[in-house]
Amino acid sequence: MGLDIRWPIGIMFTLISVLLVIEGALAGPSPKALGMNIDLWWGIVLLVFGVGMLLGAARSGRKKNEGGK
Amino acid sequence: MQPIHLAWVDYAILLAYTGFVIGIGFALRRYLKTSSDYLTSGRSIPAWVTGLAFMAANLGALELVGMAANGAQYGIATAHFYWVGAIPAMIFLAVFMMPFYYGSKARSVPEYLNMRFDYRTRCVNSISFAVMTVFASGISMDALARLLNLLLGWDYNFALLITSAVVLVYVLKGGLTSAIYTEVLQFFMIVLGFAPVVWLGLKDVGGWTTLKERLAQVAQHPAALALNDKTFAPDAWSSAWKPILAGSEHNPMGVNVFAMVFGLGFVLSFGYWCTNFLVVQRAMAAKDMSAARRTPLIATVPKMIFPVLVILPGMLAVALATIPGKLYRLPPVPIAESAYAPAIADLKAATPDTADAAFDKISRDVGLKMDKAKVAAIIKANSLSPVSDPALKAELQDAVGENYYNGVILSLIKRYCPAGLLGLALTALLASFMSGMAGNVTAFNTIWTYDLYQAYIAPKKSDRHYFIVGQATTVVGIVLSIFCAYFASHYSNAMNIIQLVFGFVNAPLFATFLLGMFWARTTATGAFIGLLGGTATSALFHALTLATGDVPGIKGGYIHVVTYFPSEMAQNFWLASFAFSVCFILTLVISLATKRTKSDAELKGLVYSLTPRLKDGEQHFLLRPAVLGVILLIACVILNIIFW
Repeated sequence: MGLDIRWPIGIMFTLISVLLVIEGALAGPSPKALGMNIDLWWGIVLLVFGVGMLLGAARSGRKKNEGGK
Repeated sequence: MQPIHLAWVDYAILLAYTGFVIGIGFALRRYLKTSSDYLTSGRSIPAWVTGLAFMAANLGALELVGMAANGAQYGIATAHFYWVGAIPAMIFLAVFMMPFYYGSKARSVPEYLNMRFDYRTRCVNSISFAVMTVFASGISMDALARLLNLLLGWDYNFALLITSAVVLVYVLKGGLTSAIYTEVLQFFMIVLGFAPVVWLGLKDVGGWTTLKERLAQVAQHPAALALNDKTFAPDAWSSAWKPILAGSEHNPMGVNVFAMVFGLGFVLSFGYWCTNFLVVQRAMAAKDMSAARRTPLIATVPKMIFPVLVILPGMLAVALATIPGKLYRLPPVPIAESAYAPAIADLKAATPDTADAAFDKISRDVGLKMDKAKVAAIIKANSLSPVSDPALKAELQDAVGENYYNGVILSLIKRYCPAGLLGLALTALLASFMSGMAGNVTAFNTIWTYDLYQAYIAPKKSDRHYFIVGQATTVVGIVLSIFCAYFASHYSNAMNIIQLVFGFVNAPLFATFLLGMFWARTTATGAFIGLLGGTATSALFHALTLATGDVPGIKGGYIHVVTYFPSEMAQNFWLASFAFSVCFILTLVISLATKRTKSDAELKGLVYSLTPRLKDGEQHFLLRPAVLGVILLIACVILNIIFW
């Protein structure tokens, strides 16, 4: 199929991770999450995941273009 | 339950997900040209994508919510649905059955049945499957609308319409590919949305060792949490096999080894994973034979570790409930809105002297088992100084003595998630509901368009015609699902009905496939009568048996109760075993008594012994399906031993 699914996955999780990091930075640690700043930390995890997906998609897209020509 | 307050960040995450799902539908639209692109994805998707979709298609919210519920009720033995049930069946599908499904060029499971047998078995299977998908999607929608109503205070009708509109748009635009892509998105959403909740829960309980100690306490006094009337050995919630090997009296599921291994492990699981078009369709959309065979194999890897995400939360919840300082209780069954008025009137009329009589009356008003001491305390407090109606409502709800297991996962999300994480976890939950609907609607599309419309109503039309019919079917399918959702909303036991029907249809069907694929002598008449006989056996078995504690009716025993089973799960496993055996024997005997209608040449590619072996030799040794299958099976056995 023409669309590499890693693009939408990567963009969406990067976007969500940014939202979480901002919320975490503004709100600080939460007593609900056992006193941890779970939004900030989990936001960073999601950011790594999202960017990883984007890199994967970009790399295989470049390979395909070179292979095609 | 009090509606949860969502912050802007929660809504933003929810919107981002919805936006991407719809966006994918639009982005894929330009790749769709033929009916096959729309209904079977033109067989073009890479294996890791179909593999994750294969797994996620089954990961509807009913599974997420239900597995946590089972984890609380039965403990780690629930993992058998994965380790004994799903994994071997998925490997069998990949190694033995996929070559016939994919190699025959059939576009659906019923179409394969038509090639192997004749139109009769195809017709029975397509109709029963089409009906099931519409109901399953309707029940998913109803559950989602109820959840939105309960959680966010949205209007039920509005919630129903808005979610079906989202699904309609992305399935209509992107067809099966869109559904599959969304399932992959949903897969990551669930993993990344639930993982922090589980981690926080485990940390809160105090780690795995403390969890086991707490579960030992639960097993010895399950009545304290209203889990079970019996008492069990300390490891009943934390060991997967020992309590089951000890016999049906010694585990909260009430099943023995035979029912577990044959009923669940063999019949129910193989029936579901190997013949249910909803999941098989994902593998059929793969880009080539080896991708199709790798699809279920890839799916086994996340499937093996998923119990951590879906079953562990249930176990954590019961463990938490035993720790007094944690102020956690298993959610009680919600009281129906209409039951409050009479119950509160009776509460107010009662005095501490008449508390016993009032307790019986109030229990009847509410229609649930109530906690006597708590009700007496409310009556006492109210007679000293009158309590306001809303406060009485809340106290009454708290006094319910029955657990609402399906609410376990939500109660944990509510407990641990601050704004932000809350949005993520709820989006994961909503995603699973929506993709449950989409999966069923796309399967319904293919079956209706190819197996009913093209086969019996309007054969030999142009491809454009079927493309348009496919799209129209999406609209019709969703409208029918909405009707089913309203139907389901009127019957609290709609869920039970559909699960029952699944059992009725799937269990005998696997016998038909097993004989059809591996025994060339199986005849069309044998398969047809065997399938009908097997389904009839399910119905009869259900009408004659009952789980202890249930009333005859929808749960069984409506003709006459011949045998009682210790639990509904045991009843289910035995029903499947019987239906399978009857279908197997009937098909076998009738096939021997009737003439074959198809020659060996016609059955080439459809029956194991008449099909040339696939050449796996060209692939790397470790990538061959059989080799991969064995490795995965060993990994699964090791998991079983670790949690023995």
